[in-house]
Amino acid sequence: MSIVTAVKDALASLGELAGGDRAADRVVPPTGFTATLTTFTAAAMAFLAVFALALSLATGRLAERWASELAQTSTVRISAPIEEIEAQTLAAQEVLRTTPGVIRSRIMSEEEQMLLLEPWFGPDLPLEDLPIPRLIEVVEDEKGYDAAGLRLRLAGEAPGAFLDDHTRWRRPLVSAANRLRGLGWIAIALIAFSTGAMITLAARAALAANAQVIRVTRLVGARDVYIARAFVRRFTIRATLGAAVGTVLATIAIALLPDAADEGAFLTGLGFQGWHWLWPLTIPLLAALVAFWATRSAALRVLSEVK
Amino acid sequence: MIELENVAYSYGGGDLLTDISLRLQAGSFHFLTGPSGAGKSTFLKLCYMELAASKGLVQVFDQDVATLGRDQIALNRRRIGVVHQECQFLDHLSVAENIALPLTVSGRDVAGERQNLADLINWVGLTKQQNQLPPELSGGERQRAALARAVIMGPDVILADEPTGNVDWEMSQRLMSLLIELNKMGKSVLVATHDLNLIRSTKAQVSARVLRIKDKRLQLAGADL
Repeated sequence: MSIVTAVKDALASLGELAGGDRAADRVVPPTGFTATLTTFTAAAMAFLAVFALALSLATGRLAERWASELAQTSTVRISAPIEEIEAQTLAAQEVLRTTPGVIRSRIMSEEEQMLLLEPWFGPDLPLEDLPIPRLIEVVEDEKGYDAAGLRLRLAGEAPGAFLDDHTRWRRPLVSAANRLRGLGWIAIALIAFSTGAMITLAARAALAANAQVIRVTRLVGARDVYIARAFVRRFTIRATLGAAVGTVLATIAIALLPDAADEGAFLTGLGFQGWHWLWPLTIPLLAALVAFWATRSAALRVLSEVK
Repeated sequence: MIELENVAYSYGGGDLLTDISLRLQAGSFHFLTGPSGAGKSTFLKLCYMELAASKGLVQVFDQDVATLGRDQIALNRRRIGVVHQECQFLDHLSVAENIALPLTVSGRDVAGERQNLADLINWVGLTKQQNQLPPELSGGERQRAALARAVIMGPDVILADEPTGNVDWEMSQRLMSLLIELNKMGKSVLVATHDLNLIRSTKAQVSARVLRIKDKRLQLAGADL
């Protein structure tokens, strides 16, 4: 069979699948436990797929947030006696100004420092009464700067200045988050593959149980696609319904998870945000496609063995 | 209609049929006889393309069977009515649905053919049994239902494999009279049977050729019939 013919047959099957054929459905008796197994499998897999999807999207958001912060979040901390702090700050700024790889540096205002400390000390922090170090925000270019060299220069020019190079520990975290996102998509692919494998097994069991039906219908002039369609329609509908139920349950479960903003969750909330709530709608469609192809290919393979 | 030319069929390393040549012409009536295991069913299976010949040429409706795809085989089978020895039915469908099965699988509008279906069921005398399931039928009723299913598509050729194998003499006569009636309507009929009495009684009513499979070959039966 040529590819064109195969695609044409598949599209025709999809069209007829949507339309339905009660008489054709009657030809194949109810497939019993295999159909129930398909529904349950599809529901369970869809449930897992929605969580994998949520994980993937959440880690994606995390990676993006950290990546954007990477470009601007090195800081130089000036810890010196009150009378020296101004001079050391100016000296540190001068060093930063002449450091290759540093685009700009900026002394953080008291309000900004307040905001940074607020999560730990609350909103009414008397900053003026506390020996709070001065912070300088450092923005680096794409190539970055020589952190070791900068530390040496700061030690010479402003001994109270310490470079807090947190970009260095964020990079592996961003990399880990990106990998986690990739793993989420791999998990979805594996779930789709496993669903296809299980539906194939269920379909083959149903086909084996209906060997007589297949033989008789073939002998009275049924084309392979006609016989296959009766099985494909049944399994596709079952898988879609099962996946829809699993998706709804998983989406509700995710919606009921604690809000990241309220709880300060590390992973910025394992859930969906904005239009990402539409993503789960693709799971039943994916399940339908997987079930269609798995059942169709299993049926045509079995039918090819019948004269 | 169906033509076999120097056909052989091998199974398990040995020849079951060899050097078979036959031309089934429109409106002809043939009997195929021979002892059990001689290869009568195999011969019929070659004719309706359930088996492929090991050697030789099989042509169905002027098409070389060896070159036909699966869909083309299915389409050609709609022009050949087959009454199987074991009367294969779908046990979850009613008798009427089984008889209408060739219409259903060919995508024809079964509801639109309701009157024809009722007439056919009446013709084979199964009006009362039409809503029953096949396992509830007697041997003769099953054979008549199989015959009705074989002819519902208006086939050009009817192949019957031991159609009277499981029925009494009276029912055999009734079945044969239905086949004769179909033959008179222009259908080609080939009946495989080992029942020589049935052949003799039928030959009195219709001009039929009798073929015999002997020593794996097809012969024209002589005056011993």
